[in-house]
Amino acid sequence: MTTVTPAPSSVTLNDYKPLFTEENTWCAGCGDFGILAALQQALVRLEIAPHRVMVVSGIGCGSKLPDYIRCNGWQTLHGRALPVAQGFRLVQHQMTVLAVTGDGDGLGEGGNHWLHAMRRNVNLTHLVENNQTYGLTKGQTSPTSDPGYISSTTPEGNVEFAINPISVALAAGATFVARGFSGSVKPLRDLIAMAIEHPGYAIIDILQPCVTWNRVEYTYKWFKQRVYDLAEEHDPTDRTEAFRRSLEWGDRIPLGLFYREERDTLDAQTTAIQMEPERPVALRELSVSRERFEALKTKLT
Amino acid sequence: MPEVTYTIGGAAGQGVESSGAGLAKAHVRAGYHVFAAQDYESRIRGGHNFYQLRASDEPVRAHARQHSILIALDDVSVPQHVPEMRAGGAVIYDTGRDDVDAGAIADAGARAVPAPLIEIATTVGNDKVMANTVALSIASALTNFDFDAVAQIIRENFSRKGEAAVEENLAVARAGYEWGAERVDGFPHRLPPPPAGNGAGPSMLIHGNQAVALGAIAAGCKAVSGYPMTPWSTILEELTGARDLGIVVQQTEDEIAAIAFALGASWGGVRALTGSSGGGFALMVEHLSLAGMNEVPVVIVEVQRGGPATGLATRTEQPDLHFAMHAGHGEFPMIVTALKDAVDGFYRTARCFNLAEQYQCPVILLSDLFTSNSLVSVPTSALDLETVAAEIDRGKTLTYDAIEELAEPYGRYAFSEDGVSPRAVPGHPNALVHGMSDEHDEFGGITEEATNRIAMMRKRMRKLEGAHTQMEPPTVYGPAEAPVSLVAWGGTWGVLTEVVDRSEGRFNLIHYTDLQPFPAGGAEPLERAKALVAVEQNFTGQLARHLRAQTGIEIPNRILKYDGRHMTPGWVMEQLEEIA
Repeated sequence: MTTVTPAPSSVTLNDYKPLFTEENTWCAGCGDFGILAALQQALVRLEIAPHRVMVVSGIGCGSKLPDYIRCNGWQTLHGRALPVAQGFRLVQHQMTVLAVTGDGDGLGEGGNHWLHAMRRNVNLTHLVENNQTYGLTKGQTSPTSDPGYISSTTPEGNVEFAINPISVALAAGATFVARGFSGSVKPLRDLIAMAIEHPGYAIIDILQPCVTWNRVEYTYKWFKQRVYDLAEEHDPTDRTEAFRRSLEWGDRIPLGLFYREERDTLDAQTTAIQMEPERPVALRELSVSRERFEALKTKLT
Repeated sequence: MPEVTYTIGGAAGQGVESSGAGLAKAHVRAGYHVFAAQDYESRIRGGHNFYQLRASDEPVRAHARQHSILIALDDVSVPQHVPEMRAGGAVIYDTGRDDVDAGAIADAGARAVPAPLIEIATTVGNDKVMANTVALSIASALTNFDFDAVAQIIRENFSRKGEAAVEENLAVARAGYEWGAERVDGFPHRLPPPPAGNGAGPSMLIHGNQAVALGAIAAGCKAVSGYPMTPWSTILEELTGARDLGIVVQQTEDEIAAIAFALGASWGGVRALTGSSGGGFALMVEHLSLAGMNEVPVVIVEVQRGGPATGLATRTEQPDLHFAMHAGHGEFPMIVTALKDAVDGFYRTARCFNLAEQYQCPVILLSDLFTSNSLVSVPTSALDLETVAAEIDRGKTLTYDAIEELAEPYGRYAFSEDGVSPRAVPGHPNALVHGMSDEHDEFGGITEEATNRIAMMRKRMRKLEGAHTQMEPPTVYGPAEAPVSLVAWGGTWGVLTEVVDRSEGRFNLIHYTDLQPFPAGGAEPLERAKALVAVEQNFTGQLARHLRAQTGIEIPNRILKYDGRHMTPGWVMEQLEEIA
């Protein structure tokens, strides 16, 4: 089997336009457009060719993203993008792997997978399209909805505490923790590029207005009046300070990199990968060494 | 056939399993055919466990619940097992025990053998922990099992602890053997000399789960993911031990992630396996549907145990046939097959990988607790790597060499006559691999358009037509003209073939392995049979119900066992007498 074909010297945005134009079903003004644009621009900036990229998504409005970008992609099940992406990564460890989930998708239905992906430090980038509501199923309460949020399933207002994705990620051992805003595409592009280059699990909690189900609070205008860039006043190697910043919400909402550290990735600690790191497991021969196989049987004699 | 069954009973932590395993291995080394299994409870200490080892000069495929020798290490062993003693069988226990009712042993027609187990262990040796060795040595003397074979295993097991430990254990064993040899007089259960080697080479002692793991390795499986659950866990553990063969093995947070990992790895281009027992398999079900929709090959091993819920965690049953066949929402092709014993499990596992890639769908391999942990002696040559390697068939999988030649724009779900589309390994510029779990077009993009929907449903379901032609019809074992045919599936094969062998032509066995899609010719032996009796380890006769649905043939007579204990040939014969 031949190995990887070298990436072309220059990659353009055009390369990431869907080859077969699918009708985009997102609402006009949806925050997902900003996320898609930022992702495409980040991949171009990093000069990664589309065939070297795998985008795994869950289910929800944002999880339709693989249909709107030209690269390898799989829309899977609600909540399951992360474990699918991890399994893919382990056998294709030279490819760029992204998991794209919503808030209900990635943090609710897939909450357990999320916690364990962070512990494992699998080398992939997790984009959380966090619109604090269930868009596709018509506005029900999500794990990141604020207490008091009124919806068809919480007519008297949500009574549950909202998950803070940044705090949880910091606690669970994520090695790259950032927040972006779909209304600021260039900073988001830069964050995504940094996340892709980070060796390990990188999460970007992306604040994203839902223009259909959340017209009162959490609008573009609401966010723009409050967000500020962490870069000028925060040291992203300071985990304790990152926690403190993660709790900041309201009048001032921090964007950017909260925390980054380098820790051994799962790739680096997986025997099968490290046996032949220059050739991904998926590109190796199926055949097994006869000597080793006979040795396994001899152990049973 | 002359045979001996040793049963060692004791509490968890008393060395029941290690003693039994050592004795079993010694018998295999000496050339006997062996079938062995542990009966244990879901606890780490205490309770009552027993290890049963049946040895003969002819192949044995099942247990006899009849003990030639009972080594009673706890106070449960005697009341529980003495009623099952063979006539004249020996019950060995320490002379210091005052709880053993020797009269009851005599009443059962067995022989009480109170023995100085602890005394020999502490006078000849230096530690009462060697009492088990004394008991095993006495048992070996009684059955005429060669002391040299016992000594060889002791040397092997204790060599790590140094020569002094080896010599001490050997001295204790010799003393026990001599003590036993003086009491052989009139003991009826003696082993014949071991059969001469048949040229098959050395034998191993292997259980069903080890055979499945070896089958996966031989077939080139490169990704394994799972969550521990009895009785599946040993497959995960065996494969973990083979990581240095280039297999990615990942313990996941739950069974949902286990199958999701496997599907991700399969999408990446490798052969992937996951598995569990019933409860964990239940968690995987949503992903079967995903694998069906996006046409992702995957092998799922479901090692059944007693259900429902936590059920009988350490006991056997066949309760998940219908569940497995119907698992998953929506309609999609899925193959379900059941292994019959360890050797079959090796080749069947490998075949599952071929079927999964040929038809790009989930393949479920059903096993059961009894088969998964029963040890059987098998020549090492019986599990042949070359045979499996020669049969590897990846179907329409496109590796980079093939993708290099692609002329047309690549669509993962291109329509084809047999319903199978070329499946590209991602990473090559000529083939972007794109798929959505929504209904999709040939290029994987979402569409709800009705004409496409109909074509895609037909394409996916058409794959079953090809798979159908590869399904194995049931095996008919025994005389074709037998007055009564037993009908069974999966891991009861060994027990029921022995029933047929013992029945002097009264019974034959119609045995199913491939269950879905239903094999061509699957009805024929049923139609030919004079009378049918379904024999299953479940409450509702799931195979019988499946056969009625597939063939219209009703099997009114059913022998169903759902107490968690595996069938024995003797038990099945008794049940058959009642029906007949």
